[in-house]
Amino acid sequence: MPSLKDLKNRIVSVKSTQKITKAMQMVAAAKLRRAEDAARAGRPYAERIETVLANLAAGMTPGAPGPKLLTGTGEDKTHLLVVATSERGLCGGFNSSIVRLARETIVRMQSEGKTVKIMTVGKKGYEQLKRLYADLIIEHTTFENVKTVGFDQASAISEKLLEMYEDGAFDKAHIFFGEYQSVISQVPTALQIIPAQPPEVEGDEKIAAPYEYEPGEEEILETLLPRYVAVQVFRALLENAASEQGARMSAMDNATRNAGDMIDKLNLQYNRARQAQITTELVEIIAGAESV
Amino acid sequence: MAQFAFSLVSPERELFSGDVDAVVVPGTEGTFEVRAGHAPLMATLSPGLLEVHQGGEVTRTYVRGGFADVGTSGLTVLAEKAINESDLQGDTLTSERDEAQATVDAEGEEPEKVLNARRALDSLAKY
Repeated sequence: MPSLKDLKNRIVSVKSTQKITKAMQMVAAAKLRRAEDAARAGRPYAERIETVLANLAAGMTPGAPGPKLLTGTGEDKTHLLVVATSERGLCGGFNSSIVRLARETIVRMQSEGKTVKIMTVGKKGYEQLKRLYADLIIEHTTFENVKTVGFDQASAISEKLLEMYEDGAFDKAHIFFGEYQSVISQVPTALQIIPAQPPEVEGDEKIAAPYEYEPGEEEILETLLPRYVAVQVFRALLENAASEQGARMSAMDNATRNAGDMIDKLNLQYNRARQAQITTELVEIIAGAESV
Repeated sequence: MAQFAFSLVSPERELFSGDVDAVVVPGTEGTFEVRAGHAPLMATLSPGLLEVHQGGEVTRTYVRGGFADVGTSGLTVLAEKAINESDLQGDTLTSERDEAQATVDAEGEEPEKVLNARRALDSLAKY
């Protein structure tokens, strides 16, 4: 039976933990709003570049040799998995769920006899994957010193990817990230980024007037595709940032609630112990008075 | 004057969206002006100033890298970097200038990149 003093100490310590989780939840809520805004602000560009690429791809003669970035290397042997996770922990199962999806994919691909390479973005995923697949990780990027992820970081990553692709280091690349749906749900998602997969053009949009290209169609496609890859990476990073804050917010909300429950329980115990002590004291006094 | 829809977007945000009279776009193969009813055109951008004419007023934006897409629905400019004229000062201006200068000075750089950097320097020169 813990003493009154022990109980008091525990209540104080749980209360201060609750204060910390509460503060973290509030910080995450504020950051989430910013991350959501950033994700929303980035959407028009991504949508537009998608339509432009889809138009261009639809205009290309089918079967004609196009740029490698669009048509692929013609092989399906080596896969590069870009695993994007957060820099910090304390955000529930956010990082683990992304890593789990990546791990399942790795196991599946390896059983199919494919070569898998990993590139990690963010500290947490690197730490988790290092334990199992240290020899597969070929690149590692962290944003430890970056406050908010901008397009520059995304294009740095995509440049690295394109360089490796040019060297023939892999045939296909997928990016893993947490897609933000709401504060309580973030879905780990895998997206193929190389070769690019432009969305299909809807039937009635296809017959739009023929474009004139300045300079040629191929040059445009050549500058557009790398950008498209960068935009995809950027989108994944933005989604990830929003998901991370959402996951942290709900994790910290849970922690605050659990701490509250614990405080209630401890308070009850404390009050009981105090009552018991008073009763014992009273009994002792009465017994003493009677014996006189 | 007939107006048409124009939007200027960078990866990080949408800078402008609305109806305008005319837009002067710095294309790789020369500057061109887009007005309502322009034929569908897709062009790459060279670094330079994008001029938006709207009801007699002219707004200038420095753009670098990207595309202009003239379609039936209007003009969309996808710029990798877009800075409003009013923000073109201090650190932003210096870093843009330094970057372009570094490309010009670098040896063995692709001629197209050097040309683009020179254009960037030219258009930044008046600020």
